[in-house]
This record gives sequence, C-alpha cells and structure tokens, in this order.
Amino acid sequence: MSLLNPLPIASEMLPLNQSLATVAYLVAAVLFILSLAGLSHQTSAKRGNLLGIVGMLLAVGATVIGVMGGGRLMMAAAIVPAVLIGARLAARLSMDHLPQLVAILHSFVGLAAVLVGLSSHIDPGINVPAGEMLIHKIEIYVGVFIGALTFTGSIVAFLKLAELIGGRALTLPGRHVINVLLLVACVGLGIWYCRVDDVAAITPLLIMTAISSLIGVHMVMAIGGADMPVVVSMLNSYSGWAAAAAGFMLKNHLLIVTGALVGSSGAILSYIMCAAMNRSFLSVILGGFGTGSGGAAAVVEGTTKEFSVEDTIAMLEEAQSIVIVPGYGMAVAQAQHSLAEVVRTLLKRNKEVRFAIHPVAGRLPGHMNVLLAEANVPYDIVLEMDEINEDMSDTDAILVIGANDIVNPAALDDPNSPIAGMPVIEVWTAKTCVVMKRGMATGYAGVGNPLFFKDNTYMLFGDAKQNIDAILKGLQR
Amino acid sequence: MKVGVPKEVYPGECRVAATPETARRLIGKLGFEVVVETGAGDAASFHNESYRDAGCTIADDPTEIWRDADVVLKVRNPQDHEVERLREGQVLICFLAPAQNETLLQKIADRNATALAVEAVPRISRAQKLDALSSMANIAGYRAVVEAAGLFGRFFTGQITAAGKVPPAKVLVIGAGVAGLAAIGTARGLGAVVRAFDVRPEVADQVKSMGAEFLMLEFEGDQQGGTSGGYAKTMSKEFIDAEMALFAAQAKEVDIIITTALIPGKPAPKLITREMLRSMRRGSVVVDLAAEQGGNCEATVPDEVVQFEGVHVVGYRDLTSRLAHTSSQLYGTNLYHLLDEMGGAEQFDVDMEDDVVRSATVVKDGRVTWPPPPVAVSATPKEKVVESAAPSAVVEKKIGVFDISLMVIAALLLVGVAMTRDQGFITDFTVFLLSCLIGWQVIWNVTASLHAPLMSVTNAISGIIIVGGMIQVGATDPVAAWLGALAIFVATLNIAGGFLITHRMLGLFRK
Repeated sequence: MSLLNPLPIASEMLPLNQSLATVAYLVAAVLFILSLAGLSHQTSAKRGNLLGIVGMLLAVGATVIGVMGGGRLMMAAAIVPAVLIGARLAARLSMDHLPQLVAILHSFVGLAAVLVGLSSHIDPGINVPAGEMLIHKIEIYVGVFIGALTFTGSIVAFLKLAELIGGRALTLPGRHVINVLLLVACVGLGIWYCRVDDVAAITPLLIMTAISSLIGVHMVMAIGGADMPVVVSMLNSYSGWAAAAAGFMLKNHLLIVTGALVGSSGAILSYIMCAAMNRSFLSVILGGFGTGSGGAAAVVEGTTKEFSVEDTIAMLEEAQSIVIVPGYGMAVAQAQHSLAEVVRTLLKRNKEVRFAIHPVAGRLPGHMNVLLAEANVPYDIVLEMDEINEDMSDTDAILVIGANDIVNPAALDDPNSPIAGMPVIEVWTAKTCVVMKRGMATGYAGVGNPLFFKDNTYMLFGDAKQNIDAILKGLQR
Repeated sequence: MKVGVPKEVYPGECRVAATPETARRLIGKLGFEVVVETGAGDAASFHNESYRDAGCTIADDPTEIWRDADVVLKVRNPQDHEVERLREGQVLICFLAPAQNETLLQKIADRNATALAVEAVPRISRAQKLDALSSMANIAGYRAVVEAAGLFGRFFTGQITAAGKVPPAKVLVIGAGVAGLAAIGTARGLGAVVRAFDVRPEVADQVKSMGAEFLMLEFEGDQQGGTSGGYAKTMSKEFIDAEMALFAAQAKEVDIIITTALIPGKPAPKLITREMLRSMRRGSVVVDLAAEQGGNCEATVPDEVVQFEGVHVVGYRDLTSRLAHTSSQLYGTNLYHLLDEMGGAEQFDVDMEDDVVRSATVVKDGRVTWPPPPVAVSATPKEKVVESAAPSAVVEKKIGVFDISLMVIAALLLVGVAMTRDQGFITDFTVFLLSCLIGWQVIWNVTASLHAPLMSVTNAISGIIIVGGMIQVGATDPVAAWLGALAIFVATLNIAGGFLITHRMLGLFRK
C-alpha cells in the first residue's frame, strides 16, 4: 500500500483525484526535504525557500482536489485575508523585531493544532473505523496537548522577546513539583477522556487544554533571556510535533512527514544551541539558572580602565587586524548599520576586519548573522566562534559590542562559575580589547565578568549606536 | 630618594644600569635623584656629559654611591666588596641568579638590605615591560647570529652572480624562546634558510611567523614541554632520544647551529655532541647561548671560541655586553618600569602584596624570600584543557543517565506501538520515525549563519497544519467546521509570514 495514502481504503481502486492527491503529497514531502537541505548553504538557500513555497502550494492544491470533503468556500474566506495579513506583517517588519516575529508565528501553529484537534473531536473529518476509536482519541488528546503548550509557550516567548514582560527567569518555589503535578493531572484527565463517550469527553479535553496552556506559560517563564535561542528553537520543534500529531489524528501522512521534519530540525537546533552553552538540554528546559557544581563562584572585582571614543579611534587606526564581537546589545541599540559603515571604512584602509559570532549571541539562532546581513556586511567576513577563536591571539584590536557572557573568561577559568565550561570567544588573548557597554551591569546569566578587569581590556561606556557613530565620524575625518 | 648607578666591576662587563635617557625619565617622571659613578657608561658609549645633561650627579668614587643611595641599580650581581658596602634598608636591583646564588642572598640578608632579582620578574603580561631577561635574550639572539656571521666564511643569503652561484646558509636554531626567535629573525634578515626546534609544540606558530621552518619530532607520548611559567621543562628519555636523532640528522645538513636551550634552575641540557660536530662541514659555526649554564654543546669552552675538527664553537657568555649600548638602554628601561611599578620616588615601597614585586624580591629587610610563590602565566594551553575538562565531564555524565532513560522510554513506546495491533497506526508511526531521521540528517549540514532563516522556513513549513484545518472545514458539524476554518486562518498567517520573512532575510545575505 502507498505510504502516503490519505484515506486508507484497503486494496480498492482509488478515485483518480485521490490518487493524484496522494502522489502530489509525495512530491510535496520531497520538496520540503529539499527545501531544508537547500537552506544548508548560502548559495542554495534562496532556492530552498522557493521549493518550500512550491511544496506548500502543491500540498494545499492536492488537499483541495483530492482530500477535502467540502467547505471550500469557507476555506477561501479564511485563506485570502490571512495571506494578506501575514504578508503585510512580514513585509513591513524591521529585522530588529525578527525574534519576536518568529516566536509569534510558532504560536499560530500551536493554536491551529489545538483548533484542529478540538474540531476533530467534535466531528472527525475522516471516517475512523470503530476499532480505531481509542487510538484516534489518544491522538487527538496528544495533539491538543502539544498544540496548547506550543501556543502559550510561544506567546510568552514573544512577550519576553518584545520586552513586553521582563526577560528574567521566573523561578517559583517548587516549580519542578508544579510541572510534575500538572503533567500527572493531564494523564489522569486523558484516562477520563478515553473512558467516556464523545459528548461527555469534551470536558476533560478542555480542562486538559487549559492545564497544558498553563504548563506552556510556566515553562517559558522559567527560562532566562540568555537561553532564548534554545527556547525559540525548542518551540519551533514543538510546532513540528504538533503538526505531526495532527497528522496522526487525521490519518494524513503529509502532515506526519512534514511535522516530523520540522520537529527534528528544531530539536537539532536546540541541541546545537545547548552545546554552544555547554549545558544539557534538560537543564535549559527545566529553567532557572544555578546548576553550578557547588562551591561559590569567584567574586569578580578589580578596577576597570576606561577608553574615550578618541582612544578607540586611535586603537582602530593603529591596528592591522581587527575583530568585532557583537552581542544582543548591538541589536538593542540598532548599531549594526553604523558599525557596517565603520567596517567598510576600515576595510578601505586595507585592514583585516572580521566578525566573530558566538552561536548563542542574540535572542535567536543566527540572529547576529541576519542583522549584519541586513546592514550589508559581506557574509564571508562574518565567522563562527570556532573558526576564529584561534586567531584571537594574533589580533591587534577587538571591539566587543553589547556582548557579555559570550566573552567571559570565567567560563574557562572558574569551575564554580554558573557558565563554567561554556565555550566563549577568547577576546582577552588579543593585544587590546575594547568593550562597549552601557554600564557595569552583568549579562543575562547574572555572572560577573573578569574580562573587564583584565590589563588589556578597556571599557567604552555609553550608547553603542552613538559611540559607533562618533567613531565613524572620527575615522572619516 | 636617591638612585645610585655604580660602574660595573666585573671584568669585561660593558653594560650600565642606567643610560642618560632612562636617567632623565627616572628624574623627570618618577622624581628620583640619580647619582652615576664617573665613567660608568663609557664602555657603552654613554659619557659623563650626557648623564650631566640628563640631570644626574656624577660621583667620583663608588663608595659615595653605596653610602648615599637608597636604591642601587646594577647589571651584574654584586662582588663581595660591593656586598660589604650595602647599608641597612638599602635596596639593590640587578641580575642575581637567585637559584644558583644562595650564599650571595644570605650575605645580602646579613647586611639587612633588600634585593630584587630582575630575572625573577614573573612572565605575566603586566610585567612584560619590565622583563629584563627577555630584553637581554633578544639581544643575545641577535648578537649570536652576528658572531656566527663573523666567523662563517660564506654569505648568509644565496646569490647568483656573474662569478657563479652562492648557496644560502642553513641555520638551525634550537629553542624558540625570546633569544631563539630573535636569532631566527636576524638570520632570516640576512637571507639564510632557517629551521628551528623547540620542545614546546605550541611555539610552532611563532617560529613560522618569523619565517623559519618548525621541525616536528616524530614521537608518541607527552609532547608538551612547557611549564606553567612559559619555560621548558626536563623531558622524558624517549623524547630526548628522538630529539638527539633529529639534531644528528640536521647537523649533517646545516652550516650554523645556534642553541638556546635552558631549563630554569638546572644545568643546560647537552644537545650537540662531539659526534655531531664531527659530522658537520668544516667552517661551520655553533653558537652556544647556554654557555653560562654549562653549554648545550659538549665542546663549548666558556667565554672562548674554539675550533673543534674545523667547526667554530662560540661559548661567549657576554653576548649582551658585546652590544652594550642597546643592552644598557633596554635594561635601563626595564628598571625604570620596575621602579615605576614600585611607586616611583614618592610612594616607593617594596610591596609584597604585588605579584610582580613579590616575585622579584629575593631578600627583604635581611630575610631571604626566595623562592616566591608561583604565578601562573595566564594563557598556557595545558591549564586551559584541565580547567574546561572538569565541568564538561559533569555534563556528559548527566547526559549519560538521560540517554539511558530515553532508551528505556523509547523501548516501552515501541512495545506500546506494537500492542495496538493497528495496521494504520503502525504505518503512520513508521512514516513518522523515518521522517524524523531524514530531518535529523538534513539539518546537521546547515551552516550556523543560516540558523535564523532555517528556523523561519521550517516554521513556515510547519504551517502544513493548514491541511488539517482543510480536512476539518468540510465536517458536517458547524462548530467543527468553524474551528477548522479558524485553524486554516492562523495556519495561513504562519505560512505567508514565514516564507516571506525567510525570503527577505535571505535577500540580505550577500558576499
């Protein structure tokens, strides 16, 4: 039998439209795989995105022709305004708001999964054989659970990223116990749900939806701002699992395939982010910070030395090789455009200028790369931490802009530091390092940074954008 | 406060502890008074007039200096008659070789004086500007090549002239410390082909950056020859055997060998045997920079140039003194920075809390304070490995437990799947797992710079949930149909928004 059979009717001839739809689904699934594969390199990325669009159109078209039972008018009425609104939103949004946009889009998938699940519970759009009712119910239950979790989790992530609520981790006392109790409640409700008839079963389903939503909120609230890249990619993964669960309940293989693709890709991204912070996925998800291995972290103190804008200009003018390490602070100050101008000015003077990007810099995987690309910085001078770390000691000047934890030597030196073992960009090995910062506050991890007290480190306090503009003026003089 | 600079009394020593220029800074910037013994700088071409112009007082007699000065700056360690002139509370700063000169330290302590050994300054970045050992090593490395060039009967650089072709000289430098690197640079500057060897593989890049070839040792086992102080340590027997085989092979090829191998506080290792000298071409030159510590070459005679089977072996211990002008200038500057570190004339203090001053101080107010507690050099690769290994091991262990529980859960899940005995579900599950694997495979290749667009494209693709909405919108129950329509609406928002934002993002990336 066909692996992509949308409506299993054993060993009967399919009607032509269903048969066509099945094949179209297969093509769409292949296109999605190629789309993701295309995204692995700069050169093929645009084609990858196009393949994804084609796959999506094909999937929708095939569903209309071969799978839908009716309601095409309603469908059109829902799709048209949504396309317009979605496109308008994405077209007008500035790249500075990218992380929150991605988060809110994840929530839509979660919401859709909940709606599909509830709808399927009320009236299955497919014929479910009597013997498979139990499995179908479990599938609905699981689908709604993941969907609700993704929905509220993404909304909280959106609020945090848009800075509508504080970015700090909310650590309720006994939060692990709360989570476990909520989960147990969900399982209990699930048993209730499976045992009663459809009409009565809506009650446990709705209660569970509420509880699952609560878990989503609580889970993301407990995760600190610096872990946001992990959260966003984790929610990305969940949105995939939610789609896969919907596929199970609707017996739709395209949904299963695509959901699984997205789910596992998000999971890998989360894993990569966790590896970049040398933390286990579990410790990030369980939230809070303080998994340190006993012992108090060394107290960081000393005196810092300040640089003026003029000093910084002089340093850049003397230096032959320069590395810039941007962090979330650059995004906040929207300094990337001025910075790109500075880089162009320096490149014109035949200096070697490169960017060093830490995998978890910013609030979204690859956040810094997008911002720099937006400012027209060529991507071949934007390097990953691993590519550039060993060149640090040969570098004349380092400019750290709005980054803190990712350049913290305590991660390597102090085994008791909360960020111990996290790979960091070793800026302190360069000849001179200038750290541009608003003030002496700690990073999101709340860890003091001994870098600021090193002999070859100088602080340039103030708004990053204004300072970089001033540097630009000075260089062009 | 008065700083005294006596003339060096050691035979043949041409250096002086302060030059007119460093004296001017001691007076002008740090506020000291400087007294210089008459003729102290003559051998280094600094004359009394220049010192006077810089604001120094010229003393006719060394006793005057030892009597009046609060701080005495010297180059070589003091001779017995000088030690006897030390006063209580006087501070002496010079080369003291504290590890080899315990009796001297005791004698100074008996005079209730304080002494700082400039070679005991720790090798940390803050102290680089007062590291006299490095300054002197740099000069010795340069001078070693100049001495070799003087004795060597050929060009360093290869030339093709009307009168025929001259091959370039081949130089082997053993030990790529400051002296070794200076020798490499100088020999390269003269046009020679330079190779270098060091027991610390981490210096290979420095060697290459100076234009020399770094000789690697074919050897299994502990290759790390560095200590936490940035110096070499004694190596294992196997290592030394492999090393000697390398030198024996090189000796047959090269024209000039410059050895700079020293292990702190130990006699220099014997690296060039008589056997190797015999295998060298006649007219070749060996310059032994370790002559002070017994020499790296078996034929070395301290302070002399000897001929061994036609090979010149240079054992000068005073290479820096043979470049007295520059040596004095650099040494004087190092001392200036040391005195600056100690607070200048105003707040002059032998502060035992200060890492640098503590390490350098070998006698404090009549008490021997050598050896100092160790100060680790900040960027040694070895330590870094140890420190970062500890926390990551903890995490790995956590993952181990996590992995096992995951496996158990997976096994239970699979049993559960089989228990359903539901053909449709098992097929769905097969599709699901295979798709996860494909996703897993595909994503690993994504470059980190594309993580953001990848995330937004996968997000758009997860809008495939629209298909679920489309199936449900056809349901007969109106509520179910409406929920389906709503699902279509939000899923479409996601699809349109996700693909468009990805498109915009990708449009930004350019080479």
